[in-house]
Amino acid sequence: METLKAQKVKNEKQAAIRISGAEAIIHCLLAEGVDLIYGYPGGAIMPVYDELYKFQDKLTHILTRHEQGATHAAQGYARVSGKVGVAMATSGPGATNLVTGLADAQIDSTPMVCITGQVPRHLLGSDAFQETDIVGISTPVTKWNYQVTKASEIPEIMAKAFYIARSGRPGPVLVDITKNAQFDELDFVYEKCTGVRSYKPIPKPDQNSLKQAAELINNAKRPYIVFGQGIILGEAEDELKALVEKAGIPAAWTILGLSGMDTSHPLNVGMVGMHGNYGPNVLTNECDVLIAIGMRFDDRVTGSLDTYAKQAKVVHFEIDPAEINKNVKADVAVLGNAKETLGLLLPLINKNEHTAWRTEFDKKYQIEYDTVIKKDITPTKDGLTMGEVIEQINIASEHKAVIVTDVGQHQMIACRYAKFKQTKSNITSGGLGTMGFALPAAIGAKMGAMEREVVAIIGDGGYQMTIQELGVIFQHNVPVKIVVLNNDHLGMVRQWQELFFESRYASTVMTNPDFVKIAEGYHIQSRRVTERSELQDAVTEMIASKNPYFLEVRVEKEDNVFPMIPSGASVSDIRLK
Amino acid sequence: MEKQWYTISVYSENNVGLLNRISGIFLKRHINIESLNVSKSEIENVSKFTIVIYSTEDWARKIVGQIEKQIEVIKAYYHTDDETIYQESALFKIASDLLFDERQIQNIIKDSNSQIVTVARDFFVLAKTGRRHEIDEMHDALEPYGIMQFVRSGRIAVTKATMPITNILAEFQNQ
Repeated sequence: METLKAQKVKNEKQAAIRISGAEAIIHCLLAEGVDLIYGYPGGAIMPVYDELYKFQDKLTHILTRHEQGATHAAQGYARVSGKVGVAMATSGPGATNLVTGLADAQIDSTPMVCITGQVPRHLLGSDAFQETDIVGISTPVTKWNYQVTKASEIPEIMAKAFYIARSGRPGPVLVDITKNAQFDELDFVYEKCTGVRSYKPIPKPDQNSLKQAAELINNAKRPYIVFGQGIILGEAEDELKALVEKAGIPAAWTILGLSGMDTSHPLNVGMVGMHGNYGPNVLTNECDVLIAIGMRFDDRVTGSLDTYAKQAKVVHFEIDPAEINKNVKADVAVLGNAKETLGLLLPLINKNEHTAWRTEFDKKYQIEYDTVIKKDITPTKDGLTMGEVIEQINIASEHKAVIVTDVGQHQMIACRYAKFKQTKSNITSGGLGTMGFALPAAIGAKMGAMEREVVAIIGDGGYQMTIQELGVIFQHNVPVKIVVLNNDHLGMVRQWQELFFESRYASTVMTNPDFVKIAEGYHIQSRRVTERSELQDAVTEMIASKNPYFLEVRVEKEDNVFPMIPSGASVSDIRLK
Repeated sequence: MEKQWYTISVYSENNVGLLNRISGIFLKRHINIESLNVSKSEIENVSKFTIVIYSTEDWARKIVGQIEKQIEVIKAYYHTDDETIYQESALFKIASDLLFDERQIQNIIKDSNSQIVTVARDFFVLAKTGRRHEIDEMHDALEPYGIMQFVRSGRIAVTKATMPITNILAEFQNQ
């Protein structure tokens, strides 16, 4: 037996091969299951691109038109697939162009590995051509980063990078590799990383706090769940549904939690936060036990902390210990992966209905429907609303599409009205609010889930920030559907100017180009809708198309998004108009 | 909430970029690092940062949480002055003739419990280890005679209670 076991270990242990650092990087990517990366070549990363050329049958590289596009595409890919997204760039400006995507992935906990080329080791610190201290620059916006200066470091560092990016609370990792380390040879053996001694990705759930949590939940008269992306990242959708149904607890979501629970579920009561639903916000201050799961009490969710859920006992299920008591004090904190902790919690929970409490949400929904929703999705005025466009997309895609949004009014409207049956379907820039996110993220989302319909919904402002990525859609015939809701304004900023700056529209009015002609320039089928009568037909045509499709909808120029919690106000003071 | 002095002890892997990562956490909250010392710790291959800040406990706790989150940080703690034994060191470079001409200088050396590290033809160097206020007092006493150079180290501190890190690190050693 001993010898058999020893033999097996020996066989499993790869024999070292003598290869260049650049080739080693490719082997590392392949060993991590990567078959698609986004990037942009340049001087300091050329040895790796040379290897990509040789390995193109195993590893597809998509040339985005800007490095920022590569990061957002990698993010879209990661968010829809649950796998690590990979982006690559050269040193200097190539590397600095990754920073926005890194920051976005950091704040929205998206697993991503970015690889940058760097000037040769002997030139480090000399202000060499295209040298920039990307490790220094990216430190605050990465979960981890490292500069490789020797070829022999590559396998271990790459393995660590993927492990750190995907484990625990995921995040972006940047590996900067000097050009000499790409050229030099090493004895390559790859071992996947299974742990880093100073890093505990998933805290062990504590039985005691689970019991306390169960007791609070079982004794609650008006319990209320607010869940975030922790449900999706932890793949705890089934456990959440089981908990909600067993205990009869209404559940609301943050925008990153959206699609973690079927939007048509009777206990899914909607969205919290600045432009969230009326009931979920107001009733935060009327529940007796607030159960926060995989969310971090962002200021856009809580409004004024001084008046946030003060009457309630707070139970916080969270994977990241640094989030406990950061913004809202938890009476009971349950650390761990949501799938595990909710699984352990379930048997301790009593069956319940909470019928009277649930009708509170229905009543509030009726108020919101009468004053806001009806006008948004079935308007009778002349101008087209963003809400009715989303509603048509819901109908045409049968709630099955992946919806990728940019940032601003259209994003809030899309998150409010888009319907989802399936998890990992709402891809948006939440924490960072990165305009320009949607178009490249939609490319990544489509390539990460080719079988699914992917619809990007973008404002006319954000669209022009990364519009160059139409080149990728054209070159690779990526069948994403692009909807630009054009109001000729930076709509959300304009709304704030109207409400809080006495309608002084400083730099928010835009003179836009002919977006249809631009799409045609990229040979993308396109259409413009200016009348309500054309909308349904256009959306149906778009969804039916097997190819990329661009749809511009001219919407009302000065519509506002409501409800709204003014910045710094209480969730109770949400405005319906 | 009331502000006071906190000593933050960070046990970490020895990593080039980690200081940058840690200092960034203070920077984001506009907290001044009053003193910083990096050294090896009681555990082999484990570094120890000793950072002194003036802040509320709430912020000290949140900062420690965010430091601990960094991949190479093994564990971080915060303690009040009462909970630690702490010291700083200082060096004073003074003109040699003062040692012989000014009788008071010799009294200061004796009273402050400082040591003469070296005596050269032109200058001598005094070393003093103690609390911040003791070093400040010595500085004030010497200043009228002229100090050629002065430098003070960051705080170093050990806790009165056992550091729970010991158990965690024992686990590491066995890995």
